[in-house]
Amino acid sequence: MTTNERGRQRRRIVGALGAAGVLGAIGAPGLARGQGGKVKVGFMLPYTGTYAALGRAIENGFKLYVGEQGGKLGGRELEYVTVDDESEPAKAADNVNKLIKRDNVDVIVGTVHSGVQMAIVKAARDNNTLLIIPNAGVDEATGPLCAPNIFRVSFSNSQPGLAMGLVAALKGYTTAATITWKYAAGEQSIGGFKETFEKGGGKVLKELYVPFPNVEFQALLTEIASLKPTCTYAFFAGGGAVKFVKDYAAAGLKEKVPLLGAGFLTDGTLDAQGAAADGLLTTLHYADNLTTPRNIAFRLAYAKAYSSKADVYAVQGYDSAQLLGIGLRAVGGDLGQRPLLIRAMAAAEIDSPRGRISLSPSHNVVQDFYLRKVENGENKSIGLAAKALADPGRGCSMG
Amino acid sequence: MDLSIFLIQVLNSVQYGLTLFLVASGLTLIFGIMGVINLAHGSFYMLGAYAAYTLTSLTGNLFLAIAPGVALAIVFGYVLEWIFVSFLYERSHLQQVLLTYGLILVFEDLRSLAVGDDVHGVAVPAALSASIPLGSTMTYPVYNLCISAACLVVAALLFVLLRHTRLGMMIRAGASNREMVRSLGIDVGMLFRIVFALGVALAAFAGMVAAPASSVYPGMGNQVLILCFVVVVIGGIGSVTGALVAALLIGFVDTFGKVFLPDYSGALVYLLMAVVLVWRPAGLFRETTA
Repeated sequence: MTTNERGRQRRRIVGALGAAGVLGAIGAPGLARGQGGKVKVGFMLPYTGTYAALGRAIENGFKLYVGEQGGKLGGRELEYVTVDDESEPAKAADNVNKLIKRDNVDVIVGTVHSGVQMAIVKAARDNNTLLIIPNAGVDEATGPLCAPNIFRVSFSNSQPGLAMGLVAALKGYTTAATITWKYAAGEQSIGGFKETFEKGGGKVLKELYVPFPNVEFQALLTEIASLKPTCTYAFFAGGGAVKFVKDYAAAGLKEKVPLLGAGFLTDGTLDAQGAAADGLLTTLHYADNLTTPRNIAFRLAYAKAYSSKADVYAVQGYDSAQLLGIGLRAVGGDLGQRPLLIRAMAAAEIDSPRGRISLSPSHNVVQDFYLRKVENGENKSIGLAAKALADPGRGCSMG
Repeated sequence: MDLSIFLIQVLNSVQYGLTLFLVASGLTLIFGIMGVINLAHGSFYMLGAYAAYTLTSLTGNLFLAIAPGVALAIVFGYVLEWIFVSFLYERSHLQQVLLTYGLILVFEDLRSLAVGDDVHGVAVPAALSASIPLGSTMTYPVYNLCISAACLVVAALLFVLLRHTRLGMMIRAGASNREMVRSLGIDVGMLFRIVFALGVALAAFAGMVAAPASSVYPGMGNQVLILCFVVVVIGGIGSVTGALVAALLIGFVDTFGKVFLPDYSGALVYLLMAVVLVWRPAGLFRETTA
């Protein structure tokens, strides 16, 4: 053969193989789905950036529960697709559409950042995709944007603030300064604190905001020092929380103006914060040292599986899997029975490591809030801040 | 705002500005003198911070961690320039951006594989952990003052290096007219490798020194990178003095902006950059190398 002919023949063979390969790849997934195949779970979580540790903890918690059930929920195995949302609201719509349109997931589990969550909620409403929110507390998801196919097993942004406001008023603090990032989660947390604190007789002197995700706090710490409130309420999470707590202590404010926080200030960050966090009071729906058998067993299993301490994000991931499991069991694994699935999930009573939890009519979790104090590198519960606290779910048309 | 609070805010501004200068100094060197847009600068800062964390956990003391950390950074920068960056000098800025952006992604993933994604803290060395009381309102940590002192020392050293040493003369000459310098028998390639290594070492040193006052977390390089570019653009490309002045300006605008105009504080620094560029398009202290 001449060189040209050999080349042409080679190209033809490669072309034929390529076409066969492409057809095979397109055809194959369509075969094993529906009732018999695996349930496709799409994780849309931050795997990079300041919330990366939280994303990982959520996925770990989810997979821990599935593993405990022998790898099957409701008799069906699960397969996972992950998308890194980088906590970037600008890319969120594209990212969630990848999961819904390209990957055809049966259920989306995500995410951490409230700004990204808004895009996910909108997409889930538009496409009627089942969505379980394992962290983002943006009030709207179980408020004006609530929907039957959207569930949240974590918290709403105002809940920890509502609980801490009660505590602060009871403790006799009269004035407060608040500080947080200027984004939905921060504003709603402050809103919750302000509501119960002022109802209890306190007064918020000034609400201080830092642009997200800026971590230069010195200017505002000086502001707090000049305002001289009786306490400070702060909402930060991740890397920012570490720096804020360290800066607050370094500025000598910790002794003069007690720092109160939503639990995220000290969750997953105690190793990095060191002595600066000792004695801090926070409210959260979880505390590391809860002595219930359920929590002890959970923490042991998590430590064994992932060689790290479980935190509230791991619990939320774990409970997302529990909720999905309850739904799948009720419909015998048949995701086509949507109304029955929704009814079962909405009525779920989950035995969570944090205690028994249920869902409100707007599909947000109803749970106890603990008052925690940092001691010996752990968030120790020193009592209940609020019992069975439900988010008012203002604006939700369900129930 | 009474006088003592005002003075404390001034102190905050200066301290922030000096820290920013320390981080941006490496970028000024590389961008200004070599003409390479190094987007990976923030990653070197991040790598420095993580190196401080790992080395301090191993040696137990931040001071013992700084020397090996900087040495590692110099070697790393030298090798990186040799293998990747040396191909970029004759190319367009777009290709430099693509390569260095790719490096950002690679470094983030390598870091994630090597050390994980958790948030970490580095303890302030015991010798420097005291705090100075500022009036009755608040205290100022001694360590932050040390960071500022370190920044000033670095600024002085850089100035001496560039203006009063033979190496500095060769570097500046190589930046102005590469061909002429090469024809005089000076190895320009080696020269640029040294400058790049120096730039990386400065970024890593800044990361190590700032780590105890901050926190070590994924993505920490990206925020810092944008501010560094703003510093270099405002100060004038190639001017170390310009970078110092620009960094201090940004420190003041950011600090007082947060206090007086909190709703717009995020945009104020960029507004400053826009105003400076309208007034002096080449930056405040444009070095005339032509």
